[in-house]
Amino acid sequence: MKISLFVTCLNDTLYPQTGIATVTLLERLGCEISFPFEQTCCGQMHLNSGYQTETLELVRRFLDVFEKEDAEYIVSPSGSCVAMIREYFPKVCEWAHDTALETRAKVIASKTLELSEFIVNILKLEDVGAYYPHRVTYHSSCHGLRTLGLGDAPYKLLKNVRGLELMPLENSESCCGFGGTFAIKNPETSTAMLSDKMRCILNTKANTCTGGDNSCLMHIGGGLSRMNTGVRTVHLAEILAQTEGRA
Amino acid sequence: MPFLNPTTYQKAAKTALENPQLRRNLGKATTAIREKRLRVVAELPDWQQLRDAGAAIKTNAMQRLPELLLQLEESVQKAGGKVHWASDAVEANQIVSSIVKSHNAKEVIKIKSITTDEIGLNDALLESGVVAIETDLAELIVQLAHDHPSHILVPAIHKNRSEIRELFLKSFNIKPEDLTDEPRALAEVARRYLRQKFLTVPVAISGANFAIAETGTVSVVESEGNGRMCLTLPKVLISIMGIEKVLPELRDLEVMLQLLPRSSTAERMNPYTSLWTGVHADDGPQEFHLVLLDNGRTKVLGDEVGRQALHCIRCSACLNVCPVYERAGGHAYGSVYPGPIGAILTPQLIGLETAHAQSLPFASSLCGACYEVCPVKINIPEILVYLRGEVVKEKTGFFNLEGAALKSMAWVFMDAKRYELAQQAARVGQIPFAKNNKISSLAGFMTGWTNSRDLPSVPKQSFRDWWRENKGKS
Amino acid sequence: MSRETMLSVIRNAIGAPRETMPIPRAYRLETGEPNLLHLLEERVSDYRARVQVTEDVQSAIQEILERLQISKIAVPQDLPETWLPNKVEKIIDHPNLAPSQLEQVQAVVTGSALAIAETGTIVLDHGAHQGRRVLTLIPDIHICIVDEKNIVDNLPSAISRLGSSVRSGKPLTFISGPSATSDIELNRVEGVHGPRTLEVVLVKSV
Repeated sequence: MKISLFVTCLNDTLYPQTGIATVTLLERLGCEISFPFEQTCCGQMHLNSGYQTETLELVRRFLDVFEKEDAEYIVSPSGSCVAMIREYFPKVCEWAHDTALETRAKVIASKTLELSEFIVNILKLEDVGAYYPHRVTYHSSCHGLRTLGLGDAPYKLLKNVRGLELMPLENSESCCGFGGTFAIKNPETSTAMLSDKMRCILNTKANTCTGGDNSCLMHIGGGLSRMNTGVRTVHLAEILAQTEGRA
Repeated sequence: MPFLNPTTYQKAAKTALENPQLRRNLGKATTAIREKRLRVVAELPDWQQLRDAGAAIKTNAMQRLPELLLQLEESVQKAGGKVHWASDAVEANQIVSSIVKSHNAKEVIKIKSITTDEIGLNDALLESGVVAIETDLAELIVQLAHDHPSHILVPAIHKNRSEIRELFLKSFNIKPEDLTDEPRALAEVARRYLRQKFLTVPVAISGANFAIAETGTVSVVESEGNGRMCLTLPKVLISIMGIEKVLPELRDLEVMLQLLPRSSTAERMNPYTSLWTGVHADDGPQEFHLVLLDNGRTKVLGDEVGRQALHCIRCSACLNVCPVYERAGGHAYGSVYPGPIGAILTPQLIGLETAHAQSLPFASSLCGACYEVCPVKINIPEILVYLRGEVVKEKTGFFNLEGAALKSMAWVFMDAKRYELAQQAARVGQIPFAKNNKISSLAGFMTGWTNSRDLPSVPKQSFRDWWRENKGKS
Repeated sequence: MSRETMLSVIRNAIGAPRETMPIPRAYRLETGEPNLLHLLEERVSDYRARVQVTEDVQSAIQEILERLQISKIAVPQDLPETWLPNKVEKIIDHPNLAPSQLEQVQAVVTGSALAIAETGTIVLDHGAHQGRRVLTLIPDIHICIVDEKNIVDNLPSAISRLGSSVRSGKPLTFISGPSATSDIELNRVEGVHGPRTLEVVLVKSV
């Protein structure tokens, strides 16, 4: 199956290992991957900060770049960026009364998938042959959970990872307090949310917290690192990419 | 605007977050009601279909608003009631005051109504020499404490039982040994104090949960029975409703009365729901006034994206699931409409000119829990995001660091070459800050982050560099 | 003055008229629940109201009066004589009793318009056997008689049956358990202003 990878600007710049793992994993599962070099950012940060003019330009640019691809699906290792594309690309165009662009956005939105839902719902796979001998807990990022409705797709994948002990997370559906610029604009509220999330993570006794969004993991990991908890954050793609031979 | 505190969300939340008692009270209360709500909602196999119907009923009603209000007016008049139209708080307060004065009443009894809080009715009445007595237990607590409501359903949610006991001891001159902090005992104090008022005060004031255009029927949904007392015993009843509360037909109640109690108090049904149609001969008030209030609602209606906020049936489910509300509490929103719904309703009702109004759409991590529980499917995160855009438009012309940063980032993202150069620049630029692959201290608007969290440093190789090296140019 | 101004402001705000979409009423209009009496009994009890199922109204009321040591009751004028035990002192709401008189009565006995099994709700339309609203509000104990044939399954069924009451100008009171509040720490406490005790007698059709 031919897919286009939207790696996201955050992963490209700060978490290349997540992008590499996504490529390794999907190739192992038989996908042919293209990476359009012209891609940059989906504009989520601009939208959430209220900069709609700039967002619209980035949306248009994204559509220009990915419409050129002849892949069946656009896959991305980020629930929140996929939520931006699927949910908000058409809305932003509608708000700007640009119906032509809205139509284009809806086409791209309909073929863009988050990594775990792509594997479970499209490739119809739950066991990707991964090996990860650690105690792991999963943080279901809000956009993946609620906007995309990923449901138990990530759990299905994690349960089939050999050596992995999945630790249930209390209040797993509550937000970690990141919210993009929310963490910077309202740091006190955000920190209060983060500290509750960290307490729940520490209670699981897991040594690894995973998730489908490096933005949330950056937030949670930044807190865990500051408190020297010894718990690390690792993107789901990196766990699924790891096999026994490579461990 | 009588109901506003001009402090921005960020500042007010900071103060609230420093109060550990408040956080405990809120955490306990919201956790309990969240679990209860999940249980009663799960009982109905058609919950999602009810939500769809609820959303459609409200959307239709808003589109047909002028026609429905005229129909409501006619039905109420036919049933012996009087209908008044009030463009704003001042007009509404004048209408109510003059009715109260025409009966020479010195006191009025009130059923909890956020709409009357919104227009500052109690203060307006006091200015004309009339004392308004709140009869809902939580509203009474708030009134006695000279405080403000912090929750739509439970205005005194920020107070725990021992704080309420203290307040009652002081307000009613009760000896400490005569009152425990048992909720039952506290409720008994209110019962005794208010019974006399119910029996003697000639005018009652209520809000309205729903008003049916077809029949002229008005409905109040409540728990304690104070509502029934006010709707039955006084000679005169004045109900004030926002124009958005009108429903086309009686049948719509079969949807709303399923959605509201389960979302609100997390019960299959609230203890009491009253429906009345104008004046009923020989039963209840023989004079009924219905005040239709705009007070900014048409501003909301005029915005095609934001108008969804008017669908709200004031259940408060969005508050109870909101992680931001749970931490900061209702007062941080500086309005009688707190929580996620307040964050989209208040700025639209009052306009986006003030720093307070501008701060509200940003008082959310956009986690979407509010949208998931909303019984009439208001897409609160969408409106929050949309309103952030309106705030930025409002601010154009002012130079601000964030705007400059985001605009230059957009300029960078618009070109892949500039973007790659920026990646390289970040790698060099971080050198003074990065230690052991992390950044622990930054200045400027990033301090909010680094006060409690580390940031990863920019690695030597970006993903695209890796791809170029290993996969060749795409 | 405000009326015309407001209406024109509203019209402007809505903008060009659009076709309204039909309401998707895909929710359950009926539940198909086979045993409504049993479900109602269970759901009313959940509100901490006391329920008994009987074929003999008079004995059931007798039992309640004895258990709660009630010596004097208020009744609507048209309450069937056969429901009440002979020896109880009753005050009939005719001519209308003043609220202060009702304050002196421990309990009130009334019938009901219908009951909703799924939510455990009793609805009064203040018609036959139910009396004025004030009657069931002031006394601290409400003994309410529900006839099995007036039990409906859910709210949609109830609303469709209650339409004629509303259109004929009757007020409605939906009662789900005794008066309660959740205002202190969101804990439900029974008994604030309305009747603190609700006794429901479900009368089986013979």
